Amino acid sequence: MAMAIRLSILLLFFLSSLIPTFSLFEDQVGFMDWHQRYIGKVKHAVFHTQKAGRKRVVVSTEENVIASLDLRRGEIFWRHVLGANDVIDKVDIALGKYVITLSSEGSILRAWNLPDGQMVWESFLSGSKSFKALLTVPSNLKVDLDSPIFVYSGASLHAISSIDGEYLWKKDFATEGSTDVHQLILPGGSDILHVVGVSDSSQFDAYEIDFKSGGLLKHLSASFPGGMNGEILPISGDRFVVLDALRSALVLITIKNGHIHLEQTYVSDLIHGSSGNTVILPSMLSGIFSLRTDNCIVFVKVTNEGKLNVMEKVDKSVVVSDALPLSEGEQAFALVQHGDSKIELSVRLVHDMSSNHLKETVKMDHERGFVDKIFINNYVRTDRSHGFRALIVMEDHSLLLLQQGEIVWTRDDGLASVIDVTTSELPVEKVGVSVAKVEHSLFEWLKGHMLKLKGTLMLATPEETVAIQKIKLQNSEKSKMTRDHNGFRRLLILLTRAGKLYALHTGDGRVVWSTLLQSLRTTSQQQCAGLKLHQWQIPHHHALDNNPSVLVIGRCGLSLTSLSALSTVDAYTGKELQSTSPAKHSTVQVISLPFRDSIEQQLHLLIDADKRAHLYPPTPEAVHIFQRESENVYWYSVESEAGILRGYGVKKTHSSNMPNDYCFETRNLWSVVFPSESEKIIATVTRKPNEVVHTQAKVIADEDVMYKYISKNMVFVATVSPKASGPIGSATPDESVLVVYLIDTVTGRILHRMTHLGSQGPVHAVLSENWVVYHYFNLRAHRYEMSVIEIYDQSRAENKDVLKLIVGKHNLTAPVSSYSRPEVTTKSQSYFFTHSVKAISVTSTAKGITSKHLLIGTIGDQVLALDKRFVDPRRSLNPTQAEKEEGLLPLTDALPVIPQSYVTHAFKVEGLRGIETVPAKLESTSLVFAYGVDLFYTRIAPSRTYDSLTEDFNYALLLLTIVALVVAIFVTWVLSERKDLQEKWR
Amino acid sequence: MEKGKGVMGSRKWAVDFTDNSSTASTRDIPDPPGFTRASLDQDDSSLSRQKKDAESNWKSQKAWEVAQAPFKNLLMMGFMMWMAGNTVHLFSIGITFSALWQPLSALQGVGKVFEPYKDNKVDLLAPKLLYIALNLGGMLLGVWKLNTLGLLPTHASDWVSSLPPAHEVEFSGGGVALN
Repeated sequence: MAMAIRLSILLLFFLSSLIPTFSLFEDQVGFMDWHQRYIGKVKHAVFHTQKAGRKRVVVSTEENVIASLDLRRGEIFWRHVLGANDVIDKVDIALGKYVITLSSEGSILRAWNLPDGQMVWESFLSGSKSFKALLTVPSNLKVDLDSPIFVYSGASLHAISSIDGEYLWKKDFATEGSTDVHQLILPGGSDILHVVGVSDSSQFDAYEIDFKSGGLLKHLSASFPGGMNGEILPISGDRFVVLDALRSALVLITIKNGHIHLEQTYVSDLIHGSSGNTVILPSMLSGIFSLRTDNCIVFVKVTNEGKLNVMEKVDKSVVVSDALPLSEGEQAFALVQHGDSKIELSVRLVHDMSSNHLKETVKMDHERGFVDKIFINNYVRTDRSHGFRALIVMEDHSLLLLQQGEIVWTRDDGLASVIDVTTSELPVEKVGVSVAKVEHSLFEWLKGHMLKLKGTLMLATPEETVAIQKIKLQNSEKSKMTRDHNGFRRLLILLTRAGKLYALHTGDGRVVWSTLLQSLRTTSQQQCAGLKLHQWQIPHHHALDNNPSVLVIGRCGLSLTSLSALSTVDAYTGKELQSTSPAKHSTVQVISLPFRDSIEQQLHLLIDADKRAHLYPPTPEAVHIFQRESENVYWYSVESEAGILRGYGVKKTHSSNMPNDYCFETRNLWSVVFPSESEKIIATVTRKPNEVVHTQAKVIADEDVMYKYISKNMVFVATVSPKASGPIGSATPDESVLVVYLIDTVTGRILHRMTHLGSQGPVHAVLSENWVVYHYFNLRAHRYEMSVIEIYDQSRAENKDVLKLIVGKHNLTAPVSSYSRPEVTTKSQSYFFTHSVKAISVTSTAKGITSKHLLIGTIGDQVLALDKRFVDPRRSLNPTQAEKEEGLLPLTDALPVIPQSYVTHAFKVEGLRGIETVPAKLESTSLVFAYGVDLFYTRIAPSRTYDSLTEDFNYALLLLTIVALVVAIFVTWVLSERKDLQEKWR
Repeated sequence: MEKGKGVMGSRKWAVDFTDNSSTASTRDIPDPPGFTRASLDQDDSSLSRQKKDAESNWKSQKAWEVAQAPFKNLLMMGFMMWMAGNTVHLFSIGITFSALWQPLSALQGVGKVFEPYKDNKVDLLAPKLLYIALNLGGMLLGVWKLNTLGLLPTHASDWVSSLPPAHEVEFSGGGVALN
């Protein structure tokens, strides 16, 4: 019995030491990780300035975030990230205490408590979804102690109580001649709601609705033969303006005494020399509307007689805000004009357009681009005059608050929409440090260690404890701008949707530089967007004079065939070294070749829409290197819609119809066609190109060896039956089949195929070394599952003769070709997994010796580290003694979720989209960067830091111990000498 | 200082009582009457021969005993190894290495061990060989133990686990079109 207990304790000890967890202590948070919170590009802002209390602004963004920001410092009070499909249409404030959001194409209405952001109520609006949703929150309207909210969505008008979200009434417009409602207007003082819209694109309809009951009071309509284009814009309570179908004339609509008057005015008569492309800007200014033409913005005043007068012409780049009601019926609006490295903000009163009420010039960072949107708000100064503050959204999605001619705060919210990530080494530290610096740092060092020693010996006062914590956090070492020995300090280079490139320091997450790429800027002619980021030049020993650089690939246009934009950017300074926008060809694939030229530039193949390969850098040397290797260069394309995988080879010689010497013809070598009636490609995954594998052998129990099939040319493809490609629940288990393939991309050979009956996507997968782990939904078990496939090379399995191996008579290190068709065998196993998954990644280390952890981005926007040993297909219910010694875990039906192994610990990476891992120079450690709306960085050691001392290791104590030992040695030596002498005397 | 010097200084005189050299010329004093040095010598020699025989017998016996001593050690080692088990931990590794070290050090000191029994008449070769054989046996036992612990590179896995993956001839890249 005692033996059994002892054994079990021993086993427990072993198990606990075998499964490393990442639990950290509270004071270790922020020590090697950082977390940054963003909101994304602001779509709409509603100011709320309470008389007392904190001033704040509520914003909704393109990342589907609703947030309340502090107006003084720009900090986030509270924030909610709605799902990716829950796009926020409108936001407003009701009753002075609720934030009302209308989202999901007008089908979900929510109220949030303004001070703390808690949800108060939520209403689902029935009806078909429409792209247009309108929300009107009357400010001072009372119906039996309740103030209703009017929502138009899905072809019907809803009135909803703002107190509890209850339905008051619903009016269906589908029956009323299918009118497309454009505006809801509440004239003050009456209890009638005006609804205006267009039916059959040529008939103007106006309804008057009793807002207490929803009853239709009046319906007026008038048809306009020229047709209508765009939105109807209200000018005043009974005047509207709209463009005709050709966008060449303005239609002024006046409702008078129950009749509708339509009056047509040609734009060319108003503005001389303007052609089409006229747009009415949606800025609501009473009595005035603004038009944007090809070259300018025009403000047009509508007189009481119904005449249109051009008031002012301003430059096209001017951004106009909505009107802001001031006291005594006065309205103000703001104009922003972008100058050279400064912006001009002018506030004008609607009734007095001729002069600027306020004009401010603010210096603006050139890298923020143009002003995109402006929202203004006023406050009453002590002398009872109006002051204005403006919230400005810039081209790079950053948010600024201007007040009194100064930028009060800025937020780099472009970082909420990261598209691609790469890293760069920092510059090598220059030798030669001044003596004073060393002395100073030595003193600081000693002081710090004295404090730490005190802390260890529990002698520190509370103030000193705070100081220790501060030293730990502000460790100057970690935010230095030089390369470190362990490779922890790096630059994370992020490409954002706005076409801006940021470099973040991994030590503290600060922005080292940021560049708005000129080649990716959207102009009126073309809409450009960044696509991919690649390492372009990584200088090593002999090219250290050059800075590393990255290649940014973008596209100018929306279709696959539009021309691409390329630029190379210096990774240390952020300077654009070279840019071609637009390039002479399109880009649908970028292949980073494993070759470099003499200045360490990585060779790239850019495949265009015509399947031609363009070699970069375009130099004769690169062509020479490429032609030498071109017979072994292949590429493949996955055509998800068609369900085809095609492999291509590159022709070495130029044909006469190529545009230049750096363009190569490719030929189709193989195709894998999935039957379109039963299979649809939903996921493809390849190995990371820079992954390092340490060994090709896997040692299993009893010293046996299995040879991994390690090939970089392997792609994992998951297909589902077309019926099951929708969301979970859209197909029955019988009609949904998930099929996974491992395909060699050189020969098109299917290495392995496996069918999961009754399962469906979404599939998230990761391929590394010789294994692939993928996550899917099992419809029969009603649970998520994770499966693993490990692939082994059977043709090498014969290499087991020890003597031959000792003398080196084996072919294990000989180069292998995919055409030799090595025989492979696979092992696989499936497990249940509790969470649904947003992204899967795997740790990567410098030499690939350290064991791996899967990094799973869970639905809760956290990153979970799961030991790869849990997803080992060799797990069995009762492992033998030898297998236990090997570290094989007994099989369980579900994968454990250990709370301590969340690498994001207390943080959430809201809107998680991707997890990037980068090896540090220290073999045990891997750098992890997770991005979504938030950014999170940490470093993890899957097998613990076996190759270094921890950062909080007490070097001073070690030093002290050594000194004490040396002293003790001397003392005892002297004592023993003396004693020896006395012995001799006796 | 004077006194000290006197104490520390060389002796003034000495009598050697143990002088029993047989040559008369070296002696100043004649033998006492009735004492014949020759007979004494003869007696002595026969006695010492007997004595020497006994001694050499005893020595060879002892040598054999010494030669067989590692056998007990061997048994004890075997028992300890059995106790230590086949998993690699501090105890088993310590025992195994002591099992390897002991015979090695014993073999190094073979000459020293048999030094006291060195005699012209005693044949030490056989006990020495036995001693060496037994120690080699002990060493083999240690090696065997090392092997059972899995610390000897006798398996294919020990030789291939450090081999890097083979270089691939072809390179392929691509994937889903960028969008």
